[in-house]
Amino acid sequence: MAEHTIDIGSRRYRFDSLGALMAAATPRRSGDELAGIAAASAEERAAAQMALAELPLRRFLEEPLIPYEEDEITRLILDRHDRGAFAPVAGLSVGEFRNWLLSERADGESLARLAPGLTPEMVAAVSKLMRVQDLVLAARKCRVVTRFRNTIGLPGRLSTRLQPNHPTDDASGIAASILDGLLYASGDAVIGINPAGDNTGTVVTLLKMLDEIIARYEIPTQSCVLTHVTTAIEAIERGAPTDLVFQSIAGTEAANRGFGIDLALLREGREAALSLHRGTLGNNVMYFETGQGSALSADAHHGLDQQTLEARAYAVAREFEPLLVNTVVGFIGPEYLFDGKQIIRAGLEDHFCGKLLGVPMGCDICYTNHAEADQDDMDMLLTLLGAAGCHYIMGIPGSDDIMLNYQTTSFHDALYLRQVLGLRPAPEFEEWLETSGIYRHGHGIAFERELPARFQAVLGQAQADATGEEAAP
Amino acid sequence: MSGDDGQREITVDNPWQRLRELTDARIGLGRVGGSLPTAAQLAFQMDHARARDAVHMALDTERLMPELDERFALALRLHSQAADRSEYLRRPDLGRRLSEASRQELARLPAGSCDVSICVVDGLSARAIHEQAIPFLDAALPEIERLGLSPGPVALVEQGRVAIGDPIGEALGARMSVVLIGERPGLSSPDSLGLYFTWAPRAGRRDSERNCISNIRPRGLSYANAARLLAYLMRQAQALGASGVVLKDDSEVDSRLGDGRTGNFLLPPVTGAP
Repeated sequence: MAEHTIDIGSRRYRFDSLGALMAAATPRRSGDELAGIAAASAEERAAAQMALAELPLRRFLEEPLIPYEEDEITRLILDRHDRGAFAPVAGLSVGEFRNWLLSERADGESLARLAPGLTPEMVAAVSKLMRVQDLVLAARKCRVVTRFRNTIGLPGRLSTRLQPNHPTDDASGIAASILDGLLYASGDAVIGINPAGDNTGTVVTLLKMLDEIIARYEIPTQSCVLTHVTTAIEAIERGAPTDLVFQSIAGTEAANRGFGIDLALLREGREAALSLHRGTLGNNVMYFETGQGSALSADAHHGLDQQTLEARAYAVAREFEPLLVNTVVGFIGPEYLFDGKQIIRAGLEDHFCGKLLGVPMGCDICYTNHAEADQDDMDMLLTLLGAAGCHYIMGIPGSDDIMLNYQTTSFHDALYLRQVLGLRPAPEFEEWLETSGIYRHGHGIAFERELPARFQAVLGQAQADATGEEAAP
Repeated sequence: MSGDDGQREITVDNPWQRLRELTDARIGLGRVGGSLPTAAQLAFQMDHARARDAVHMALDTERLMPELDERFALALRLHSQAADRSEYLRRPDLGRRLSEASRQELARLPAGSCDVSICVVDGLSARAIHEQAIPFLDAALPEIERLGLSPGPVALVEQGRVAIGDPIGEALGARMSVVLIGERPGLSSPDSLGLYFTWAPRAGRRDSERNCISNIRPRGLSYANAARLLAYLMRQAQALGASGVVLKDDSEVDSRLGDGRTGNFLLPPVTGAP
């Protein structure tokens, strides 16, 4: 491992390895301090950023941060690296790469061609030299489009995952949140439930229920039950109508082992989903979630900073051509991202790194009640990600996830962002919203006290169910 | 902006507001334009303030120890290496390790072994432990007994994380470990208890080697159902000699999901279909 040094005035800063340099150059966050790898002072951090700026991008190909022999993610990154695609930036340093990204040379087409030539370490490195506005501007140039039953990631579009979680997977409770979401114009990325447990029978039932709802109301979207990939495979074997296979992923082999997965298992999950041929517009069948701190949390971080490890998770994601990938940025807690400032920056870094690598990035803009953050912080990240061209955000009634016990973005938040930035839902879903009389672009929610025709019967049905229950012994 | 009439005009209520009987989720909040009306916004702020306060509430060990003494042959009072809440929040590694004093206390116990080590840990909500731990144990202990298993000493742990059950279970020579822990408080559930089950507990166990039962509280998973699910996990783990992702939860515990259609007003039976 080569030492890196830089002289600042009379002082010489030494970094034992490339990984140590990357960690020291990372904007301050509690997770790196917890791991004992953060810069010791503000000046050391700035010095590390200067040293990193001088580093040739190709060094990341020559000096893997985690040895090739030890880690299948490193092997995936290097084996899949496309030298031809890398050529336009092969002679640049990290600092020059930042300039390149912000220049006119980087546009939707050139960035799409470049993506297979970039490694997670390269994009993580450059992100450490970037301000918030750089992360927004460069990410906004990227074009990544994915399809299953609709089209996600087109310019000027913002999709939402309708997340109707219920602490006991109660069918009527889930239905109430789904109805609320649909009538607030949410759900084009996916209608995705985090089940309360990992019970295979429950997962199968939930998948059937979502499938029937999507079919009955003719909604151009897809469903997902966010369960472990092995449970999803078992559910498919039992005949469950599965659109997307979900998995939480991380950036090291050991951290993924902590999740009970490896690349072979993800491949198996994808093949199981593809075998069902349920996509009408495309075959992006995977849904991944990530988040800074997961590797450290699993004690599998190899002394690397959490943001670099997070970017490595996107190399895992892109291998499986997912429909959706989102960082769950504030979910893991204050020991990794302490406050609103750290959460906001991390969300923008993750979105930028994912997009640059060609991954269809969304973001779960969120916080927990033990973090130093509140709704104001989420509004800032939401607005910034809207400007950055984030593919999708979460949608949940009133920001309150009553199953996972955290706060994420609400249906109202998506309406705010669409209104302020002129963003539209996915085209197929937008058409459904319009013809259903729910929502019109430029106008907002299109009905007041009278429900749209498609849903007029449901309240009567809910009433009948309620009275039926009361009549029962 | 004058009087109620003007307010009624600009605030749009949702006709499905009454579905709130079906869920604690904040559905049917209404809107002003596309935004949250003032009342809903203020209610959210109040709930967030309460959840923040719950995170910092201290575990009432004086009240809990006698309750545990009544139910177990031996009840231990242990502490993690995290000195206080502030350190606990920043240093999860310290919350997973026993303080030196607690380690010594365990080491002083006569060497032995037991089937099940039970730890009651404050986690992120002491309130969850105050309200749910004892009633849950009263439901679970008979189930454990029915399996022919005997619980060892119970440990009440302050400033602890889930993995602190590993060194405790290891020191007690337990075949399996049950950690009851206060889950992080949600806006609508500052009192939710989590349970983590680990076969052959010892320091260094991975999260994928545990099974979790979440949201144990009167408005969530009932004590009885959680206890039955725990008994199921114990039976399966004994057969497999392992816990975690290899132990698939395929139990027949009745959830309120049913067939996914009953009570699901979005999917009424189709009448007159061919």
